[in-house]
Amino acid sequence: MQISTICRNRIYRVLAVVFWVLVWQLVSMAVNSPILVASPARTFLALAELGQTAAFYQAILGSLGRICLGFTLALALGLMLGALSFVWKWVNVLLQPIVSVIKATPVASFVILALIWITSTNLSVFISFLMVFPIVYQNTLAGLGSADKKLLEMADVFRFSHRARIRAIYLPAAYPHLLTAAKLSLGMCWKAGIAAEIIGQPRNSIGAQLNQAKLFFNTPELFAWTIAIIVVSVAFERLVMVGIHALMRRTGHA
Amino acid sequence: MLEAIHISKAFDGKTVLNDVNLRVEGTVAVMAPSGTGKTTLLRILLGLEKPDAGTIRVTGTRMAAVFQEDRLIEHMTALQNLSLAAPDRKRTALLEHLESLGLSSEANQPVKIFSGGMKRRVAIARAIACEPDMLLLDEPFSGLDDAMKVRAAEYIRTHMQGKDVMLVTHDREEANLLGAKEIIVLE
Repeated sequence: MQISTICRNRIYRVLAVVFWVLVWQLVSMAVNSPILVASPARTFLALAELGQTAAFYQAILGSLGRICLGFTLALALGLMLGALSFVWKWVNVLLQPIVSVIKATPVASFVILALIWITSTNLSVFISFLMVFPIVYQNTLAGLGSADKKLLEMADVFRFSHRARIRAIYLPAAYPHLLTAAKLSLGMCWKAGIAAEIIGQPRNSIGAQLNQAKLFFNTPELFAWTIAIIVVSVAFERLVMVGIHALMRRTGHA
Repeated sequence: MLEAIHISKAFDGKTVLNDVNLRVEGTVAVMAPSGTGKTTLLRILLGLEKPDAGTIRVTGTRMAAVFQEDRLIEHMTALQNLSLAAPDRKRTALLEHLESLGLSSEANQPVKIFSGGMKRRVAIARAIACEPDMLLLDEPFSGLDDAMKVRAAEYIRTHMQGKDVMLVTHDREEANLLGAKEIIVLE
């Protein structure tokens, strides 16, 4: 019963994708200009051609590396500062204005400012970091704050060690918030990271390749790169989520 | 020995405890109907709540409690729950505690799948496993059937012999099961 429901849902999802590809085909036929709207066939052909070049993989690996680095740095610092802010309230008071400013400032402003401060190669690292850090920081703080007060009282009475408190009470409380943070920030850091690359144009990057395609009005290639971004972004998101779930299972929280 | 001297406590202007005096030496039961501050008194004795007035004197190094709710770490096993409270005790010793309350075959199962009565037994075993000098019990036998109540009471009496136990309950039979030498009735 459950399996058939899963199968049916998958079929519906595939049919929905097929429907939108058909709409795309019809629009491209109606517009009848590959510069304005490349057809699905031309796009997939361009993607296949790109897939045969080393530059395609170099660009994907370059972007992936930089965005992953930004994400990892933000995750590490967000977790660390979130935990410190939970322990010492003054750290939160100190950091909150910066976090609010980062959240409220448009990505484009940061990209332009960052181009003055740092090299274009590190731009997407920095921008990805800025997108992820506030989300991880605030969710870490909220997660630790949601720890069960009654369990904490019990831990006081039984004199749990700090390590035991973290493992038994704080981590299970923080995990759902960290999952939310990961889900929210993964997509955002990819979009912002690629946008930063388009402006900064570092070597071996998807952003630079996208910009190149735009300059030469190579719309099928532009579409092909967009599909590549979506695939890599979804794969990256899945990989991180699988990692978090594996960690939760290993510690018995899943 | 534990002593509460002239303890008073109010919440939002409503007096819950008014000039309560008690001395816990051996096994003592505090009885009162629901909503008369039994749990508040226990929380004050455990140091979880500050009294508005009065002082608490404690002799002894280690306190343990069975709370009104089980307060177990749900994703951890019964054995892990005991081990967190008594990290210095050997695994075999902790298993013996669970065995005493009929939980030997469930020792390595996560508490979240346990029934209410089984969780209660783990909570009791956890309190005893850390070998406290003073044990505070808040309605410890709720959710247990009669046979298990007797078994759990016997288990507590055996392990707390010569030590101090304070039972908070509204059921006189529970006080008798634990062999309380003194029953204090809160007004």
